[in-house]
Order: sequence, then structure tokens, then C-alpha cells
Amino acid sequence: MTDLTHPSPPLDGEAETHTDPPLVEGAESERELAVEVGENLVEVRNLTMKFGGLLALDDVSFDIRRGEILGLIGPNGAGKTTCFNAMTGVYKPTSGDVLLEGVSLKGRKQHRITRMGLARTFQNIRLFGEMTALENVVVGLDARHRTSVVGALLRLPRHWREEASSIDRGMALLEFVGIAQHAEKRARELSYGSQRRLEIARALATDPKLLCLDEPAAGFNPAEKEDLMALIRTIRDEGYTVLLIEHDMKLVMGVTDRIVVLEFGRKLADDVPAAIRNDPRVIAAYLGEPEDDVA
Amino acid sequence: MSLSSDGPKIMPDAESARETIETESIATPRRGPLRGFRARWNDLARPVQWAWMLIVVAIAFALPYLNFFPLTTEPGNDWPITCATMAVYALVAVGLNIVIGYAGLLDLGYVAFFAVGSYTAAMFTSPDSPLAKIPYLWTLPIAIAITMFFGVLLGVPTLRLRGDYLAIVTLGFGEIVRILATIIPAMKGQVGFQNVGRPPGTEPNGVPIFSISNGIPWYWLTLGVIIIVLLLVGNLERSRVGRAWVAIREDEDAAEIMGVPTFKYKVWAFAMGAGVGGLSGALFAGQIGFVNNQKFDVQTSILFVAAVVLGGAGNKVGALLGGSIVAYLPLRFTAIADWKYLIFGVVLIVMMIFRSQGLIPAKMRLLAFARRAARWTSAPPPESPPGGTKATEGAAS
Repeated sequence: MTDLTHPSPPLDGEAETHTDPPLVEGAESERELAVEVGENLVEVRNLTMKFGGLLALDDVSFDIRRGEILGLIGPNGAGKTTCFNAMTGVYKPTSGDVLLEGVSLKGRKQHRITRMGLARTFQNIRLFGEMTALENVVVGLDARHRTSVVGALLRLPRHWREEASSIDRGMALLEFVGIAQHAEKRARELSYGSQRRLEIARALATDPKLLCLDEPAAGFNPAEKEDLMALIRTIRDEGYTVLLIEHDMKLVMGVTDRIVVLEFGRKLADDVPAAIRNDPRVIAAYLGEPEDDVA
Repeated sequence: MSLSSDGPKIMPDAESARETIETESIATPRRGPLRGFRARWNDLARPVQWAWMLIVVAIAFALPYLNFFPLTTEPGNDWPITCATMAVYALVAVGLNIVIGYAGLLDLGYVAFFAVGSYTAAMFTSPDSPLAKIPYLWTLPIAIAITMFFGVLLGVPTLRLRGDYLAIVTLGFGEIVRILATIIPAMKGQVGFQNVGRPPGTEPNGVPIFSISNGIPWYWLTLGVIIIVLLLVGNLERSRVGRAWVAIREDEDAAEIMGVPTFKYKVWAFAMGAGVGGLSGALFAGQIGFVNNQKFDVQTSILFVAAVVLGGAGNKVGALLGGSIVAYLPLRFTAIADWKYLIFGVVLIVMMIFRSQGLIPAKMRLLAFARRAARWTSAPPPESPPGGTKATEGAAS
């Protein structure tokens, strides 16, 4: 997918020169990850979401395949974030279902869904502000820990083991997203870009099968977006599956393997980026009038 | 863009969010007299820290003998008994700090747990009670167990509520317990229970070591209990439990989505806080030797909350200090004792304006191996990965 041409000319020269973040030892998942793109990891089945009389999602179905980066795009108010929230258990869908590896997520508590392997970031950053960056990540790691409250109270061996490994793995994750030097700063003292990266690190810490990123590039300048695209690709190459909500077309086209387009809560299209770019319905719905210069 | 820059933004967008964060995240050096102290303390090696703590503990144990002018509460109040009262309040504050400071759950009925602990100790030891008598020291673990049960009983139905709603329900719970103590005949209302038990032991001349008139043994017993509780609370703090509590306090929804079973940990916070409250209640009952329904009113609950907020919510040392101060001041300055609620109210308002984080602001260490992370960040020079530092200089148009 990296040979995809950019839909618009580069805005400035230095944005093109970037290196991928280094693969950090210890940042890789402890699970066996199937890297090849293939069978369905997540199946969204006829998802419908009503708020009173408002139909926010209308019978949306799509699949997310293992090892791909799926883009979820649409104009403002199309239902992208609603779809996200319905998938991750924040909202209870009015009807329809979401299957993760064939297991229904219906009616499960949010923290159970996270432990089953579905992690997300937030469009408006929601870190634990008074905790350090490393502690934020370790909260995510705790989703895989099994120390009981009594075990923590009495500091049983499992507690020591998990605490020791969580420092190493937490630091590796921070290094992976490129903010290891800020590990001991409080989250709210980090810069905007670092906070966005910390959100990704914290979500990765839960060791997800599917990582959902809700507009991770919002508020970024072009150079930062380039870096973020590289990071998202690296995350995919590490064996994670990524669902990406984004309305920056350049970023979406450049990084995704497949794109689902929503409009007014309905699925409009589901195809590879090149086909989406030339789909007249998508152009009309999302990019404005057909005669407009899209670039 | 030009339109939106004229007036106030109705919907914050990513750019405005970025602007806010970039201005807020500029690290201001923490103010306060303890700033330098904290940095120096953290730089000390672990054995040196333990040595200093031993010295502090030794001074704390010697407190009843430091009976001289500016400190002492005599002649108005007996100094060792004042020390014992301070210790009980400090223990209460440490327990309530788990609920308010760590998990961020505003509990305005904490006195209920204190009351349950007191009545447990009284009813199992006082000759006025119809229940079977057991040795006083056994009532301490029983008080913990019973109050933890009450904590779960209160927590399970109410912890689905948040913020103000939870505060109101806990306020009601506090009143329910007090009124039950009044109307249930077995609890003996205002008559109460005389001659609550005491730990065994007599001095060589036959006088019991623990008595109502001698505060020193009670103070030492309570201080010993405080040290054990502090160690255990410290264990919880530097574990996934403490992190879960603070994550819930910071952003409950985000915590849940990051895999923290928030409800379970909130109930645990209630149960742990209740257990410590019950323990302090049982100690209080033993030291006073008499329990009736008069000491467990709403004002006392508010006083406990004031102790935590005054000391620094989220900091167990702060809570310790806050509890001691709240108990000490009215006994030291007997002239103002009748005015204490007014004075504490004014102090709290002033605190909220000038030092909202409390006397000792919270900076919790939530990792058992924090020093290992410090080595990681300081030892290898960061090879400046892409984007990490660039983000700080990005210019928002």
C-alpha cells in the first residue's frame, strides 16, 4: 500500500522526508499475532443506532480483516464516532451486532470488550491528567494483569512480576510512539502532539486485536500528520489491525488499505482507496460538488 | 476561519483544543513550601528514606511526652488524651482519603462507618449489651469486617451514581445509621453503652495499662495501627488498584474503556475506606469508654471531609496531617472550640482560593518500580524519535 500516490501534491518539501519510528524491543505484543491480511477479525452486522427520533446509524454492515488498516470516513455528522461508540460498547446499539473473531460483543461491559481485544483512542483527548505518561500506559497494561486486590495489598509474587514487566513494556511502548523522554511528566503537562501519541500508546498497552483511532491527526500540521501516518503503518506492520476515523483525505488515502464511507448514518461505499477516490457518490457526498477542485 | 475568530467558538474544534492544551501544558513549577523538599526526598536512596522515616516515627511515638508550651493543650485538655484523639482522627482521614482522595468519590456519610465500628466495639464488650462478650482486641478485626460489609452494602446500589448524586446518597446513609442507633432499642440511643472494653494488661502495681484517663497507651496503639494501615495503603497505591482508583478519579469513562472494571474498584474503595473507618471507630470507642448516638452527626462527617481536603486529598501523609490538625485545634484553643465549624469553614474557603490542592498536594507514586523507569529515562540518551519533540514547536495557524 505504500506505493499509493498521494492524492494531492505535497504541501511542503520537508514533510516528505521522514523515517519510520524505530521498532523497539519489547513493544511487540506478547500474543501470537496473525500478520497476513485475510479472514475477518471484526464483523459489523446491521448496526442501527437511534437517539430518540434521530437515526444516527442505519443498518451499517462492514468487515474488518485481520492485519489491515481500515479507514472510516464521512462528512461531519455522518455517524463515524457513533459507529465507533456502538462498536466499543459506549452506546448500546438499537439493533444489530458486532462480532469480534466470531464472538458477539452485544451487552458486554466496556472493560470486558477492551479485554477481549478492542481498544480505542478518543477524538477529544481523554488522558488521566494527573498521572505520568508511563502510569497512563501502565493503566492500559493492567487490562492484561491478573493481580487481585488482596495480592496487591500483600504484595504477592504475581504483583512484583507484573509490576516489573509493566515498567519495561510501558517504557517500550512510549519509545515506540516516540515520547519515552516524557515518561515521568504528568500527562496534562505534555504537548498536544505528545498527548495524542500517549493516547495511542495507552490503547496499544491493552494489547488489542483491533486498535480504533478516532481522528488521531486532528489539530496536526502536515509534518506531524506525515509522522503519524508512518506510526500507524508501523503499528499495522507490528501485527495490529487498525480502524481509523479521519476526515483528512490525504492521510486516509495515504495510509489505509480499504475505506468505508458513511453518509447520514448509512454505508455509502466500501472499497480500496483508489476506487473510493473516483467514486462519484463519495465525491458528491464527502468532497462536495463534483465540479469542485477536490485537491 | 475569519468568521470564527471574531466571536466565541460555539463548538471547540481540534485547533482550539490544541491551543488550549499547548497553553495549559506549559509546565509551571509547583509552588509551595514543600516543593524543594519533595524533590530532595525523591532523590534520596531507599535506605536513607527508611532511616528518616524511622526518626519521624520515633518522634511521633514520643509526642505525648512533648508536653510543653506552644504545643501542649493543657491546662484545658489532657495532652496524652489529645494525642490519642488526634491519632484517631488521623486514621479516619487516612481511610476517607482512600474514598475521596484516590477514587474521587465524595462520601459525606463517612461517620456512619465510624459509628458502626464504635458500636461493634461497644456491643461486643460493654456489660450493657445483650451480646456475647469477647476480648476488646478481637473487636478490631470484627469491626473492620462488619464495616467493610456495610461499605459494600452501601456501595453496590449507590456507586452507579456519580458526583453530587453519590454525595447526597452517602449523606443520607450517614443519617440513617445515626437514626437507627436512636430508634432501635438494642442500640440504646442516648443512654448508650458504658464501660467499653479495653486491651488486657496491668502495670506492676495492679493498675490497668489501658484506661480512660491515660491516653498514652491508646495513642501508641492507634499510632501502631496507623503505621500498619499506611504501609498497606501504600502497597495498594503502588499497584494496579491505586492506578485504577486514580484513573477513575481522573476520567471514569476513559478508565472503563481502558479495561478498568470501574464499578468493582469503586466498591473496593468504599469497602477499604469503610474498613479503616470502622477500625478507627472501634479504637475511639475503647479510648472514650462510652458510646451513644450523640457523636455521629453530619457535622462530624463534614469535619472528616474537611480534614482530608485540608491536608491534601490524594496524599496519605496530607490526610494524616489534616486529621491531626482538625482534632488538635479545637482542643488547643479551647476558646474557639464553639466556633470550630465557622473557623474551619472559613479556612476551607481560603484554602480553596489560595491552595486548592491542600497542605501537602497529591503526587502519588503509582508504580512499584518507579525507580527503574527513572533509570531508563536518564541513562540512555533519547535518540529523538520522529514527531515526539517536533509536536511542541508546531505552529497552529
